[in-house]
Amino acid sequence: MTSLHHLLRGLLRTLAVIVLCAGTAHAAKPDGLDLPEQYESRYRTLITELRCLVCQNEALSDSNAELAVDLRREIRGMLVAGKSDAQITEFLVARYGDFVLYNPPVKPTTLMLWYGPFALLALGVLIAVIIIRRRGHTAPTALDSKQQQQLQELLRQQDEDKNS
Amino acid sequence: MTRYLLPLGLFGALVALLFTGLYLNPREVPSPLIDKPAPEFTLPLLHEPEKTLSRQDLLGKVYLLNVWASWCVSCRDEQPVLMRLAQTKQVEMYGFNYKDQRDEALRWLQMFGDPFTASISDTDGRIGIDWGVYGVPETFLVDQHGIIRYKHIGPVSQADLDTILLPKLRALQGTSP
Repeated sequence: MTSLHHLLRGLLRTLAVIVLCAGTAHAAKPDGLDLPEQYESRYRTLITELRCLVCQNEALSDSNAELAVDLRREIRGMLVAGKSDAQITEFLVARYGDFVLYNPPVKPTTLMLWYGPFALLALGVLIAVIIIRRRGHTAPTALDSKQQQQLQELLRQQDEDKNS
Repeated sequence: MTRYLLPLGLFGALVALLFTGLYLNPREVPSPLIDKPAPEFTLPLLHEPEKTLSRQDLLGKVYLLNVWASWCVSCRDEQPVLMRLAQTKQVEMYGFNYKDQRDEALRWLQMFGDPFTASISDTDGRIGIDWGVYGVPETFLVDQHGIIRYKHIGPVSQADLDTILLPKLRALQGTSP
C-alpha cells in the first residue's frame, strides 16, 4: 500500500516537472513578431541553419540563451535592411567562425569533418578486402597421395558398413 | 605475430585520438578575429557615462580587454588574478562591461576590485557581437596597431596568465610600436 502511494507521488512529481518546463518554454519571449511577413520564411531558414554558441547543440531558432535572442534580433535587423542571406551568414562567420554554420564550407580546416568518415569507411573496406583475399588463398589445398589413400579407405569402409 | 601489429597500431592511434579529444574543451570556439583588426567601437565609460572610449583612443599601446559582467559568476574567480596583474603594472587593462546594469556593475567592482584603467559599457551587447563574444568572461590581447593577437575564453587563472598571456604580452611589448 505504501509503495503504491510512493509510486503515485513520484508520478505526480514527474508530471508537475513536465508541466512546469512546458510552461516556461511557452512563456519564452516571442522575439520574432516584429518582422514583416515577407521575410518570415527566409528568417526561419536562416535561424535553423545557424548554430547557437552558448547551447552548442541547438540552432539559433531553438535556443533561449540571451546571445541567441540578440543574434536573432541582429538577423531580423539585417533582413529588414535588405541584406542577402549570404551577407547575413558572412556577418556571423566573420565574428564567430565556421562554428556557427550547421553546413560548413569545404576548406582545408574542414576536410577531416567532410571526408574523414568516408576515408575511415574506405580504410575499413580495404582491410576487409585484404582479409577476404588472404582467406581465399589459404583455402582447400589438394590432398597428397597418402591422404588420398586414407580417404579411399574410409569411403570403402563406409560402403561395407552400409552393405552389411 | 606481425598480423596483429596493424590492428593493434590502428587501435592505438584511435585511442590516442580519442584521448586527446577528452582534453579538448568544446566550449572554446576559436575566434576568426585573431590577427585581424579589433572591431570599431565607441562606448560610454562605466564610471563617467558622458565620456566615451573608442578603438582609436587605445592605438599605440598593448592592452588587455576583459569582458565581464556583474551577473557573471566565474568573473568573480578571475578578478583576484586580474587584480594581482594590475598591481604589477605590466599592462593596461580595460574592462568591457557586457549587457549589464550600471549601478550593479559599479557595485560589483567595489565588491570584487577594479583592476581596469577604465571600463566601457556595452549595455545592449551589440559591440560584443562584433567582438564575437559568446561567453563571459573573455579576454582579448590587442597590440599597438589595434590588432587582436589572442583571445582567452573563460576565467583567466594564474597559470593561464603565467604560461600563455604574459609571454605573449611580453613578446608584443618587445616589438616597437
